[in-house]
Amino acid sequence: MPENKPITKNVDWMVVLIYIACLLIGWVNIYAAVYNPEVRTSMFDLSNNAGKQLMWIGTAALLIICILVIDYKFYETFSFIIYAVVIVLLILVLFAGSNINGSRSWIKIGAFSLQPAEFSKLAVSLAISKYLSDPAISLSRKLKDYYPIMGIIALPAFLILLSNETGSMLVFASFAIVLYREGMPGFIPAIGMVMAALLIITLLFVKWYIAAAIIVIAGLVIWLMPVMTRRRGGLWATIVISLVMIGIVFGVDFFMNNVLQKHQRGRIMVLLDPDSDPRGIGWNVIQSKIAIGSGGFTGKGFLQGTQTKFDFVPEQSTDFIFCTVGEEHGFVGTAVVVFLFVCLISRLVVLAERQRSRFARVYGYCVAGIIFFHFMVNVGMTIGLMPVIGIPLPFFSYGGSSLWSFSILLFIFLKIDAQRPFTLSRG
Amino acid sequence: MLENRRFVIIGFFSLVGLIYLLRLFYLQVLDESYSIESSSNSIKRVIEIPFRGQIYDRYGKLIVYNTPVYDLLVTPNKARVEDTLRLCQVLGIERRDFDSLMAAASAYSRNKPSLFLRQLSKEDFASIQDVMVDYSGFEFAKSSLRTYTAPTLANTLGYVSEITRSQLEKQEEPYYRQSDYIGQSGIEKIYENELRGKRGTKFVMQNVSGVYKGPWKNGELDTMAVAGENLYTGIDLEVQQYADSLMVNKVGSVVAIDPKTGQIITMVSAPTYDPNILASRYFSKNFAALARNPYKPLFNRPVMASYRPGSTFKLIQALIGLQEGVITPGSGFTHANCPMGCHNHPATGTVALGVMHSCNPYFYNVFRRLIYKNNISNTFRASAVGLDAWHDAISKFGIGQRLGIDLPSEYKGNLPDKKYYDRFYGEYRWKFSNIYSLSIGEGELLITPLKMANVAAIIANRGYFYTPHVIHGIGDKKFVKPEYLVRHDSGVDPHNFDPVIEGMIGAVEGGTARRSRVEGITIAGKTGTSQNKRGDDSSIFIAFAPVDDPKIAIAVFVEYAGAGGSAAAPIANLVIEKYLTRKITNKALEERMFKADFMSKVVLPGQKKPVPADTTKKKPAPEKPSAQNKPVAVNP
Repeated sequence: MPENKPITKNVDWMVVLIYIACLLIGWVNIYAAVYNPEVRTSMFDLSNNAGKQLMWIGTAALLIICILVIDYKFYETFSFIIYAVVIVLLILVLFAGSNINGSRSWIKIGAFSLQPAEFSKLAVSLAISKYLSDPAISLSRKLKDYYPIMGIIALPAFLILLSNETGSMLVFASFAIVLYREGMPGFIPAIGMVMAALLIITLLFVKWYIAAAIIVIAGLVIWLMPVMTRRRGGLWATIVISLVMIGIVFGVDFFMNNVLQKHQRGRIMVLLDPDSDPRGIGWNVIQSKIAIGSGGFTGKGFLQGTQTKFDFVPEQSTDFIFCTVGEEHGFVGTAVVVFLFVCLISRLVVLAERQRSRFARVYGYCVAGIIFFHFMVNVGMTIGLMPVIGIPLPFFSYGGSSLWSFSILLFIFLKIDAQRPFTLSRG
Repeated sequence: MLENRRFVIIGFFSLVGLIYLLRLFYLQVLDESYSIESSSNSIKRVIEIPFRGQIYDRYGKLIVYNTPVYDLLVTPNKARVEDTLRLCQVLGIERRDFDSLMAAASAYSRNKPSLFLRQLSKEDFASIQDVMVDYSGFEFAKSSLRTYTAPTLANTLGYVSEITRSQLEKQEEPYYRQSDYIGQSGIEKIYENELRGKRGTKFVMQNVSGVYKGPWKNGELDTMAVAGENLYTGIDLEVQQYADSLMVNKVGSVVAIDPKTGQIITMVSAPTYDPNILASRYFSKNFAALARNPYKPLFNRPVMASYRPGSTFKLIQALIGLQEGVITPGSGFTHANCPMGCHNHPATGTVALGVMHSCNPYFYNVFRRLIYKNNISNTFRASAVGLDAWHDAISKFGIGQRLGIDLPSEYKGNLPDKKYYDRFYGEYRWKFSNIYSLSIGEGELLITPLKMANVAAIIANRGYFYTPHVIHGIGDKKFVKPEYLVRHDSGVDPHNFDPVIEGMIGAVEGGTARRSRVEGITIAGKTGTSQNKRGDDSSIFIAFAPVDDPKIAIAVFVEYAGAGGSAAAPIANLVIEKYLTRKITNKALEERMFKADFMSKVVLPGQKKPVPADTTKKKPAPEKPSAQNKPVAVNP
């Protein structure tokens, strides 16, 4: 009987191995980042971040065992309850949280701090999966089916925004991938990308030129479309789209000046031109690029990094841990990390697709999307391709909350996946 | 259909991964601007400048060494100066100096330290240091300064100064950087590569605030600074300073050579200056003053000044004559049939007497025989052939060529040959009667004091010399550079020197230099009078002593001091006595020489002297035979 088979036989070992590899590489690099040649401490010393991270890894292992032991149906059944608990925590933290780095989002327990926002990803993932597990819901046809999803995301997003953790809030954008997979029309993410592209183009070029370019392209489309597709109705659509785009171009100023906060505006401007403010907001980006760039092909060697060690790169062990990898292990090291992430995420998509229940599949996509978003933004900001948004690199960055939340997120999916032979298909 | 969207999603993930890989490859491998040396701001290259080599005299006494001094640096951003006036007082500068220095420093960098005050002495440093604690943003950096134990040898040693822009651009291998010091003249220039040592490079790590965080890679890439090599000279510092004091208020040179080795014992270029003034923070001011001085104290006369050798040249004429067999030690000549005048002296029936009395007609005849030694009947052709043979013989004494002393800008001098006169007169358009002034060291001959000292050394050695040199040992006192061990032969046999030396002894004992003879030392010497176009003649004397075992060969030139016996001979003999016995017997002579002022008699260029208008237009001697040397109608 398959039911008697131990969990170790069914769990997807490829994901587990990648997970372990990420943890170990991350831990070693945290040690390198905090390593001080003058005061040498061991990797196992609890007084430094590496030692603490090892403790977080150990506790994460315990959590994983719990997750694998708990019945897989628990997560689906208790989805909304977990969600509710996290929302309560998010509210609590607004009143009882301690202020770290300008955001009131930490709950202090002894020497360690927990960040409820980190767990909101898990809660929202479970809640969305649970909601979409109803086969009657169709994202491709009914607009009203979106409202509950919007609500599930908006509530914690609003609470996180109140605690000034913009980065964690932006992570919710990753759910677009899930929605797209579950039937959201393709033009919605397309519009999002076009808007982002327009925003950047507008900041780089003169607005009137862009408007002229859009009109020219619209003209070409109107002229060529009948020839190419033998359809006629596109005329008005093209004109409307063009006008909207021009409107966006001129709305960017308003957006930049009135909607975004000053530091957020700065981060976007720095992305376009890091030298615009080399000592201020551009500092992180420039220093991070120098650290990674100075690594060369094979890097400076373990503990030999200097840019990261002597505080040139801020937040070396947390958000900018990728710099340490780049500086000490060079292109070889960074390529391995990028490769690990692409493998992990792709594997998760493959696993999600083989699920029989819609709940499991949606949840799998949520996990893949969240990890991907973190990877894309975190690595992107260190190499100057993304604005500086303070979110950790999953499994690498120092921090108990993020390690726990990612481990739980991942292993709940592995547990569900391991029980796949017994799940009835409902979707 | 929706399942197929997974391919879009996986494709999107992979695309982002690929873009990131390409970007990383560009940043880490292709883009050089982030490589360690060029852009890494945590690793700083610190240059360690070693001490320059020290210079010693022949007895091991220090001549040049280094004094540690302190440069004051300021970091404008960190500088907090509340009481500017008090700071200016402490530093000894004006308020507006302070402002301009501060502005210059800010212009360079507000965050990096830049030079504020240079070369503060230890005493200044001690007094300032305590006060500077109150002013943040200022720091001291150790540096060093050339220091001279005695205010002498300025031109021989040369000076060290900041590298000039053109020197920076011209250097073949990029070694020096802006504001580095480099030897600019004299020994400091010639031995720059030995003296400067090896610069050390240290790679140190610093954190984001510039705080030192230890050596990079445990100092694996660091190179140690190696101090410059010490140089050993043959200079006798005591004699050098004594000669300096004798040359006070005179323009000219004293060059003394140890004939046995070619080492320079003394080299005075008068007027001189204290070399310490060019090794201070007031370098530019002092240098400008020296450069403006009409007596050109920066002009290294022993090797750069050109004179006609005058009668001292007769020694070489006699030697060549004896060697060529045109005269014998017993040859005598009278004043008859000679276009040149002479003073009243006893008959010159031998070479020794000719030398002793410096008889002009005697050497006119010697030279004439040398030129017409060949059997060519045409006097023009005979003169041409004869002059070239003579030229080759004289060349072996180092005349008309660089001796190769280890000092910069050595003047070659001039020793005319056939080609030289052909240029003025045309080929075979001149003969002995046109060039006979060469016989007594006038005419187109040009020598330097160093060359004449070397001639004295050749005679002392009876036929050979070693290349005169200031430095013989590099790093090791005993070591001698191999090129200084090569014996150069004069081509004159030793026995031919006897009558000449006899004459030279006679010149000192009872001849032209008798007034400056030294009790107890047999000196062989020869006076010379080099005619100047305007003003008095220049006084020349070359000598060596003791005759039996020559230890010093000397040449003294005193410009506008009259005949050789009046100034040059006394100075030379006093220096010889000082060198050989360390004491002076003839105190009266010494006193007279100390006091003698020939500087006031010097005719400076452009200075008007009552001279006939037509001669002032004449070009200087090397270009054209001057009026006074123009041959008068003579029968060969």
